[in-house]
Amino acid sequence: MTASLLSNRFVIKAFPVVFVALIFIAWEVLVIATGIKSVILPPPSAVIHDLVTKFPLIWPHALQTLYTTMVGFGGAIIVGVLLGALIGSSRLAYEAFYPVLIGFSSIPKVAVVPIFVLWFGVGTVPAILTSLVISFFPIVVNVATGLATTEPELEDVLRALGAKKRDILLKVGLPRAMPYFFASLKISVTLAFVGTVLSETVAANKGIGNVMMVASANYQTALAFGALLLLAIMGVILYGIFALLETRFAGWSQRKADIALQSH
Amino acid sequence: MTEATTLDATPVATASGGTATAAAAEPFIRFEDVSLRYGGAGGTLAVEGATLDIPKGGFVSIVGPSGCGKSTLLKMVSGLIPPTAGRVVVGGRPVTGPLGFVGMAFQNPTPLPWYSVIDNVMLPLRIVEPYRSTFRARYDEYRAKAEALLAMVGLKGFGDKKPWQLSGGMLQRASLCRALIHEPELLLLDEPFGALDAFTREELWQVLQELWLARRPTVMLITHDLAESVLLSETVFVMSARPGRLLHSEDVPFARPRGLDVMYEPEFVAMVHRLRTRIGNARAEGMRTA
Repeated sequence: MTASLLSNRFVIKAFPVVFVALIFIAWEVLVIATGIKSVILPPPSAVIHDLVTKFPLIWPHALQTLYTTMVGFGGAIIVGVLLGALIGSSRLAYEAFYPVLIGFSSIPKVAVVPIFVLWFGVGTVPAILTSLVISFFPIVVNVATGLATTEPELEDVLRALGAKKRDILLKVGLPRAMPYFFASLKISVTLAFVGTVLSETVAANKGIGNVMMVASANYQTALAFGALLLLAIMGVILYGIFALLETRFAGWSQRKADIALQSH
Repeated sequence: MTEATTLDATPVATASGGTATAAAAEPFIRFEDVSLRYGGAGGTLAVEGATLDIPKGGFVSIVGPSGCGKSTLLKMVSGLIPPTAGRVVVGGRPVTGPLGFVGMAFQNPTPLPWYSVIDNVMLPLRIVEPYRSTFRARYDEYRAKAEALLAMVGLKGFGDKKPWQLSGGMLQRASLCRALIHEPELLLLDEPFGALDAFTREELWQVLQELWLARRPTVMLITHDLAESVLLSETVFVMSARPGRLLHSEDVPFARPRGLDVMYEPEFVAMVHRLRTRIGNARAEGMRTA
């Protein structure tokens, strides 16, 4: 019974939607049953109502956050791939950069926002930079790890054929690192949102983070939740986009899922 | 020890293959008193005073206890690591860096998972000249070549499969094709059949023998399997435990092509037994000194 249900692809696809609906229903019931004040915890119906009615007002802020995040994330990809390729292919670079990187990634990024504001003033630039510094580290680590997974025997085969280090990196190392790279993109894109909103709540006059600060200052709790919901939706969509890109460019590493789908 | 010295002093007999008269003149591979120490002056001595000749188109096996530096010999021939002392000469020239034309296969077939089987077989053609610069222009021709090679090892029609759709034995066949696609003069095999089941191994012995008889590359095979070494090669070399020295060499007299039946003939069994005794002595000696 369960098996036949799970083997239906539409049922599997519908599952997340049903689950989210269940959470919302439970939330609504909880609020009604306990009689919590709307200013503390608004019911989802109120949150969605606010989100819909104030959508023209929120939308430019959402776009601003999306733009900032994408620019920061783009920078993170460039920095991450370059650093990762360097660390993954050179022992010297690994020894030199890795401790510094780990030290840097251990710093809470909320602590660097004031410094960015000091340098670049309140606005978009600190948000882009925060988004970049918070999201590049997983890319570095994954690209470096991916490069390090090249089998030594394969390297011997290629070197015995006269392949140069660059040949091996381009023909074997980077393609082999692709699944790791895309896995890190899925993590990093959500982190990039965190960085943007973090900076926006501290020092910005635009963006979802700013909307939330203003809403909570005015006790518009439903609006603050609505902004959160919008963020979550944008995060899920971007994650989905990168998951699609992953199947497109590194699908060879996901053969198990393919087998499962083909056999039905 | 005495045996090793004797071997160093006397020229190693060349393989008794069909082309013996032509091949005996100038060895294709020559180790001249080669030693290799890993990790600087105080490091481990992996190979000590190895001297051996391999004729062009010959097929030799190197057997010995594990960790005796057999794979190190291969790496020195291909130029992946330079010897600490002595020199390795291939094709009349001392080896100073990666040779650039060698075909290699290991126990682990290491296919690239994002390529189809045929693209994996064609991988060396993307690296080695003159194929590299003509790869796109003559792609169809090269592909046909790869398909012919796949057919020879019994993988006809599997070219478009992905590596994960093939069994370990099939991947090892493809790995042999990858080692041979650029028609190398020199084929280095490091326990290529070590991880296969007995029946697949027997089949691949025949495949390898056919490929060798058809193209006559010079082959160096590293193996733990004494029967395999006697069945396939013209000459078997026995190495001592670390530091690896060449203790003994023996020519294999059986006529080609050798079917599996030859393995049950008394002379064959006797030869494997003799080699086994040598290795046993080498291991015992290695344990005493360790």
